[in-house]
Amino acid sequence: VTETSATAGHAPAAPHRDDDGSRMGMWLFLLSEILLFGGLFIAYAAYRSVHRADFHRAGEELNAVLGVGNTLVLLTSSLAVALGVLAVREGRERTAPRWYAAAMLLGLVFLGVKAFEWASKFQHGLFPGRPALAALPPGERLFFGLYFAATGLHALHVVIGAIVLGVAAAAIAKGRVRRDAPVLAENAGLYWHLVDIVWIFILPLFYLAA
Amino acid sequence: MSGAEGSMGDGGYLGASRRPGLGGWIFSTDHKRIAVLYLTSLCTAFLVAMTIGVLMRIEQLTMGRTIMGPTTYNALFTLHGVIMIFLFVIPGLPAAFGNFMLPLMLGARDVAFPRLNLLSWWLYVGGAAIVVTSLFTGGGPPDTGWTFYVPYSLRSSTNIPLAVLGAFVIGFSSILTGLNFITTIHRLRAPGMRFGNMPLFAWSLYATAWVQLLATPVLGITLLLVVFDRVFRVPIFDPANGGDPLLYQHLFWLYSHPAVYVMILPAMGAISEIIPTFARRTIFGYRFIATSSMLIAAIGGLVWAHHMFTSGMSDAAAAAFSFLTFLVAVPSAIKVFNWVSTLYKGSIQLSAAMLYALGFIFLFSIGGLTGLMQGALAVNVQVHDTYFIVGHFPYVMFGGTGFAFFAALHYWFPKMFGRLVDERRAKLAFVPIFVGFNLIYFTMLVIGFQGMPRRYFDHLPQFHAGHVLASLGGFLMVTGLLLLFHNVARALRHGAPAPANPWGGVTLEWSVPSPPPEENFAEDPRVPEKPYAFPREVAP
Repeated sequence: VTETSATAGHAPAAPHRDDDGSRMGMWLFLLSEILLFGGLFIAYAAYRSVHRADFHRAGEELNAVLGVGNTLVLLTSSLAVALGVLAVREGRERTAPRWYAAAMLLGLVFLGVKAFEWASKFQHGLFPGRPALAALPPGERLFFGLYFAATGLHALHVVIGAIVLGVAAAAIAKGRVRRDAPVLAENAGLYWHLVDIVWIFILPLFYLAA
Repeated sequence: MSGAEGSMGDGGYLGASRRPGLGGWIFSTDHKRIAVLYLTSLCTAFLVAMTIGVLMRIEQLTMGRTIMGPTTYNALFTLHGVIMIFLFVIPGLPAAFGNFMLPLMLGARDVAFPRLNLLSWWLYVGGAAIVVTSLFTGGGPPDTGWTFYVPYSLRSSTNIPLAVLGAFVIGFSSILTGLNFITTIHRLRAPGMRFGNMPLFAWSLYATAWVQLLATPVLGITLLLVVFDRVFRVPIFDPANGGDPLLYQHLFWLYSHPAVYVMILPAMGAISEIIPTFARRTIFGYRFIATSSMLIAAIGGLVWAHHMFTSGMSDAAAAAFSFLTFLVAVPSAIKVFNWVSTLYKGSIQLSAAMLYALGFIFLFSIGGLTGLMQGALAVNVQVHDTYFIVGHFPYVMFGGTGFAFFAALHYWFPKMFGRLVDERRAKLAFVPIFVGFNLIYFTMLVIGFQGMPRRYFDHLPQFHAGHVLASLGGFLMVTGLLLLFHNVARALRHGAPAPANPWGGVTLEWSVPSPPPEENFAEDPRVPEKPYAFPREVAP
């Protein structure tokens, strides 16, 4: 077998590049993500309609101040990403990676607060498999089950999103993503906004349920 | 793999590769090579699941224990379902033939995201590996049936979490394929290729892709919640924690009913290609067939709870879902009528591909009509959880999708591998497959109606004759299937070289050499203004 292709690996000139196609693919992916979380929200709606009072009581266990504070952190990070995308589009290659890095950092702050919250639940024995949780009425057990599933899955998305932001920042810094080829930076931003929007729904459903 | 060596000059995409040997295949981002990878994996999965089916039919040959006990039998029907559904029928036509033909039919050089396409295959193989691992680790092979119903899937001591995780990963692969195809169809059509003259197989893949994209994540989260419960004891579905098993069923079927349209729509698309080619006549009702694909995808998303008529739903909900189930039969019937109308006054050439396509129409019609019987509330109560279901499902999925898969295999094989399949042997294999198929599954419909319940390793004396007949039919069909696979495998090495257009097809894949060159088209192809416009006379 002979080497047939003239240039090995990925051609930088990319004659087949289709930015609109890439954006479309990202939107379709986000659509599937929304349905993934949608399944969780359906379960929430079904159980809440049956266990209204239990959901109210269980919601009181969550710290609304931390929840709202974390929301602010995440919203600010989304602003940073938006400014980063703007910087890429305007060709400010120096500042753009900094905005992405800032958003990443805020994502880590969010995860830190989340870890603190989970830890305090663990201290009270309010986590799956513990007798303190098993002693609660069924509706409260389901509430915490959904809480851990939803926030856990969301936290996983924050981790992935932070990695994607890092990749985008590195690509901008190396000049692979720039004014005339911004699509990776934009798509990373879109993903981060999705992570943000999902949280906007989690906040009232759990933290403000009381 | 090196099937077309020698005879076809450079052998097209099968010839030289940047990477030599196996690496040139499993790391290739060429949609055609990925399609061949899928085809190989799918056929392997099919043969494994078929063998399991044979073992089950041997067990039912006699009353009482024949070769296995109830536990093994439970594991086998679960495996048969999981492998056939998640590893063969769902990826089936879109991943193998869709991957190969979609860019060719659109006049494109590849799919929109070639690397994502390769990732899809790796996820498929990874998911399959996880499922296989679940058989030999933990508590052994799952025994819940392919539906993983709670609460039993939360209690069973078998290795449910790993098997469920495997299905989750395979679902991911399906989502990415859907995403890829939608973007490809929107962005990569050649100049002159509009939605209004796009081949019907591409239309069916478009409808399928939307279902894959929107329905699969719901299954994903549902299975993930089962894993969370099993591994971290997160209370969601377990009735012991106040959970609702019906919620699981709703979420499961919210995906898994649309999933049967993922299985059947591309099959219908392939039939819509084969029928006009061998009737030498433009397709009757192009717009109706194209639109009905979208209608099936849309209405198919609203019928899921007809799997749950005996689970304890309200009568109002049951009546609504029954009505919607009858409604979804309309676009399917539109297709059948249009295919038959295409045949009318056609110059029919009874090739092997056509034979399997006609088999499809016959068997799918039986499958569709028995499906309607179950959509009727009163009948459903009688036949629920009986062999009527065990007979109905293969009529749609095997008589439907399976036969369409074989039809597509015989139709597109010359294009894919540059070799002709022996037509005489292919037609010979059709006879035992078709006869055996009806012997098994029609018998199952009958004993199901008489009350034989599903999922038992044993049966009562009054069903004995039926079971023996079904088993004999099964052995006959498997003989035919082995003949078919042998014939196809033989063609890889010994088939006569195929011309670019052996059947006189008019879609774009026939305008390139067989096998197609790596870049598909040297320049943008000329797209015919009207789809399926056959010239009056075609040279043989």
